[in-house]
Amino acid sequence: MAEDPIHQFQISRLIPIEIGGLDFSFTNSSLFMVATVVTTGAFLYLTTSSRGLVPSRTQSVSEMSYEFVANMLRDATGPQGMRFFPLVFSLFMFILVANMFGMVPYFFTVTSHLIVTFALAMVVMLTLVGYGLKTHGARFFKLFVPHGVPGVLVPLVASIEVISFLSRPISLSVRLFANMLAGHITLKVFAGFVTTLSGLGAFGVIGAVLPLLLTIAITGLEFLVSFLQAYVFAVLTCMYLNDAVHPDH
Amino acid sequence: MFVTPGYAQETAPAEGELQTEIVHEEGGEAGFPPFDTSTYPSQLLWLAITFGLFYLFLQKVVLPRIGNILEVRRDRIAHDLDQAARNKEEADAAVAAYEQELADARTKAHAIAQAAQDAAKADAEAERKSVEADLEQKLVEAERRIAIVREAAMKDVGTIAEDTAGAIVEALIDRKPDDAAIAAAVSQVR
Repeated sequence: MAEDPIHQFQISRLIPIEIGGLDFSFTNSSLFMVATVVTTGAFLYLTTSSRGLVPSRTQSVSEMSYEFVANMLRDATGPQGMRFFPLVFSLFMFILVANMFGMVPYFFTVTSHLIVTFALAMVVMLTLVGYGLKTHGARFFKLFVPHGVPGVLVPLVASIEVISFLSRPISLSVRLFANMLAGHITLKVFAGFVTTLSGLGAFGVIGAVLPLLLTIAITGLEFLVSFLQAYVFAVLTCMYLNDAVHPDH
Repeated sequence: MFVTPGYAQETAPAEGELQTEIVHEEGGEAGFPPFDTSTYPSQLLWLAITFGLFYLFLQKVVLPRIGNILEVRRDRIAHDLDQAARNKEEADAAVAAYEQELADARTKAHAIAQAAQDAAKADAEAERKSVEADLEQKLVEAERRIAIVREAAMKDVGTIAEDTAGAIVEALIDRKPDDAAIAAAVSQVR
């Protein structure tokens, strides 16, 4: 059972809470959400508390992440999109740190659950639709009718656009979820080979070298994926929010 | 507390729970934890609480603070650059003024040297002229004196000649000749 690669995603209740027949227990997932949020918040808060004109190393880490996300959002949406900066920055930092926490052995990976990534994607989509309708009203629906489409094709193109719009939260959430899930399963499987093979005597130990090397390589790759998926999520969020700011494009 | 169930089972396997989970997994639907809908309310609630607080904290406290730090730095750098540009302008102006002054001084020194040279030349010229005039005057004086002396000498020559002629004639004819006649003769000879 210890080598079951799915077990790392098991949710276990730490403090059972039940309200109205629904299970709202404080679980290991909740614990790592809290840990992610507290660690990130404390880091950003404490490193910038001296407000150094010449930043310390840790302060420049906070400043770099700020400017990294700010540039990303400004490039995608222009200055009008900067109102979404707190959202995009929170999403990026939350996903990044949750992914990185997941890389620590025995730690739970919050973003390996579809419902979490889907909820985050829905936050983006609801913000997009809400802001778009509020500021542009009916003009927001121009989003689904690209410029220069012949009149005959408008229904077809518009329906394709609507479908692609509706599939955005799914693709956004599944991409992150699947990457984290697959990466962790792969790691666990290869690491499992190492323990199984090395239990088979001298020959097995030699045979275990290859999966061990692969495990090390995949660990490095997974750190890259952890960052990359947070980045991709943030970039796509920026591009989607651009539709709310400029629906006529 | 930090451990995942996988670890919990490795360290302290709970037989009963293990068994039910295996059954769950074989049962299909509930076996794959991400698709176990019974955990969704809890995950959604705690995500909403933690991410919501995280968002508020960043929006209200952290991001304004970092934004402020960056802005202050940008202003400070811009201000320092302005200051540097101003200082450079001042330095350029000082260099220009210095060079102007140097050129002026050089011109002035040249003029002074020229004037001194001219004055010296004029002095020398005047000196030379006065010396020359002096010499000229002395020359004239000397010539005048020579003329006087010669004249006197010439006059004496006549007298001597008359005396000598008178003496010679007296010796020859033993008679004192007429002075007037001798003078006439001498002046005729001369």
